[in-house]
Amino acid sequence: MSGLAAMGRRWLRLPTLVRHLVVALVGLGVLLAISEALSEYRNTQLAEIAYTVCAVAGLTLLTGLSGQISLGNGAFMFVGAYTVALLLKHHPFGGITGYQSNWWLVPVLILAVLVAAAVGGLVGVAAARLRGPYLAGITLALAIGLPSLPKYQHLQSQLGGHAGIPISAPAPPGSIDYFRWQAWICLIAMVITLFLLANLASSRVGRAFKAVRDDEISASLAGLPVARIQILAFVVSAAAAGLAGGLFGLISLDAGPDSFPLSLSLGLLAAAVFGGLGSLPGAVYGAILITLLPQWATDLSHQVSLSSKIVNNLPLLVYGAALMLAMLAVPFGLQGLLRRGWHQVRDWRRRDGLAPG
Amino acid sequence: MTVLLEAEQVTVRFGGLLALSDVSTSVSSGEVVGVIGPNGAGKTTLFNVICGFVRPTRGQLFWRGKPLRRHRPHQLAGLGIARTLQGLGLFPHLSVLDNVLVGADRHAKAWFGSGLLALPYSDNDERRLRTRAFDVLDQLGIRDSASKLPSQLPYGVQKRVAFARALVAEPDLLLLDEPASGLSAQEMTELGDLVRTLKERTAVLLVEHHMDLVMGVCDRIVVLDFGRCIATGTPSEVRDDPRVLEAYLGEQIDESTVGVADAGGAGAAGA
Repeated sequence: MSGLAAMGRRWLRLPTLVRHLVVALVGLGVLLAISEALSEYRNTQLAEIAYTVCAVAGLTLLTGLSGQISLGNGAFMFVGAYTVALLLKHHPFGGITGYQSNWWLVPVLILAVLVAAAVGGLVGVAAARLRGPYLAGITLALAIGLPSLPKYQHLQSQLGGHAGIPISAPAPPGSIDYFRWQAWICLIAMVITLFLLANLASSRVGRAFKAVRDDEISASLAGLPVARIQILAFVVSAAAAGLAGGLFGLISLDAGPDSFPLSLSLGLLAAAVFGGLGSLPGAVYGAILITLLPQWATDLSHQVSLSSKIVNNLPLLVYGAALMLAMLAVPFGLQGLLRRGWHQVRDWRRRDGLAPG
Repeated sequence: MTVLLEAEQVTVRFGGLLALSDVSTSVSSGEVVGVIGPNGAGKTTLFNVICGFVRPTRGQLFWRGKPLRRHRPHQLAGLGIARTLQGLGLFPHLSVLDNVLVGADRHAKAWFGSGLLALPYSDNDERRLRTRAFDVLDQLGIRDSASKLPSQLPYGVQKRVAFARALVAEPDLLLLDEPASGLSAQEMTELGDLVRTLKERTAVLLVEHHMDLVMGVCDRIVVLDFGRCIATGTPSEVRDDPRVLEAYLGEQIDESTVGVADAGGAGAAGA
């Protein structure tokens, strides 16, 4: 035991960069190996989970660390997806490369992140003046309003109207399977996102987020510019969602106004809460859950032979009921449950250690 | 001794209520100044004006001789002014160490870029802040509580944490809002000793109800009543000022407190 504890201490003394890089690279290796073993369909699911993790991780930082609720992060995904779509439509990346190489993915996704971050900054300026239900209200309006922008009469020609804008698929290099390549792109992006957000959360910025969340007056007396920090949290969260949206576009091969419904935004928040607000591992569990749960629910309702009307609506019911149950059973999220379990085990160990004989 | 903070004829009006009326005072380096007065006298309002939470209707503040115009609370730390709050205002979900680290934020340099990329610059910066924080925790004897949450600690220790958070900023002026409230007699004595030792490093301006503490630690006392500054001077001068006694005890003086009765009578005559 003491050897393990000593190793733990030595690990914690390593620079943050080294610790986070090791975890990120090992994680990425494991994930790519898993992807290698999975079927085409499972790889698509893996890609879906990976970009959802990006969005949920950004949201859990915003709501969990800086204490600002957002019901509208799906809108930032919309911005990311449309940025990718418009860039590919107007810029001849494909003309030059024939999409045979994938170098264009990097600048395109970075631009998606930057545009979404800029929109997040604008929303953040409004959000920094609002609290609680009012903030929920304005972000809800954002989730409904922004994605219907392409349907607006005067923007239809630019934004593709109801049909949306098609996005060309990234071609897999060499002999890599198409679906596996999609999963890899999303997994790499996810690991980079988690790496950066983990750095941020453990830095002075993360502490400032938490201080602002806990007590705005004390935070300002300590010299923290509260409003600016709240805006920064929105920018970070929107950037992550923008990346998620860009990846979503690359996977679904189009950016459409109906791909970012309110239920997407609410699902992201549900995932963040379910995993444990403010926890990046929790964001992963939450994203897995909200990606797989609707599909399990659909499968389940198909197995029970019921009329098609009921079957079509059953998934929603199961999804909702499962989330409610989860909220009642694990109010601090899965990560909170795991942490409490770990503390319990540690206490038992200590007690055993102290017991004579 | 240089004059740090100067308030010049500060007036604050909340609608029809005159919270402060032509209050002038100053704090110099190495000085402990107490602000006393009955409830509603305007003590906390004066603090709030200094901190920028409340804008004076008239009058001006000067910091090191320069006028403070439209300053905001978060700029205080940068100027070298720290404040503790009446209600402690600790960050409930941050460990004691993190609470103190937030207080040290003024001395941090690494921000978004180096934090996002976890550059060594950010790690080194954190290490420096941590050293500062542990130094202060040591001084206040609460190093053992560094990893605890505030809610796991007794009130007296929480109070020290709030103190540590203000001190770690290494302010030139420390504003203490009722530092003794809720403390036991023993803890109050320790607080008095602490404030006296602080004098070498920082000027202190404190609002307090406990006369023992105020009389014991302050070099100078400002007495407010209904928003007006009715007396100012050393503790002994203030103690004997008839207007002060009147403000605190009212005009009807109990005959049994003989010395006070004389002074109170004189005060009533003067008014």
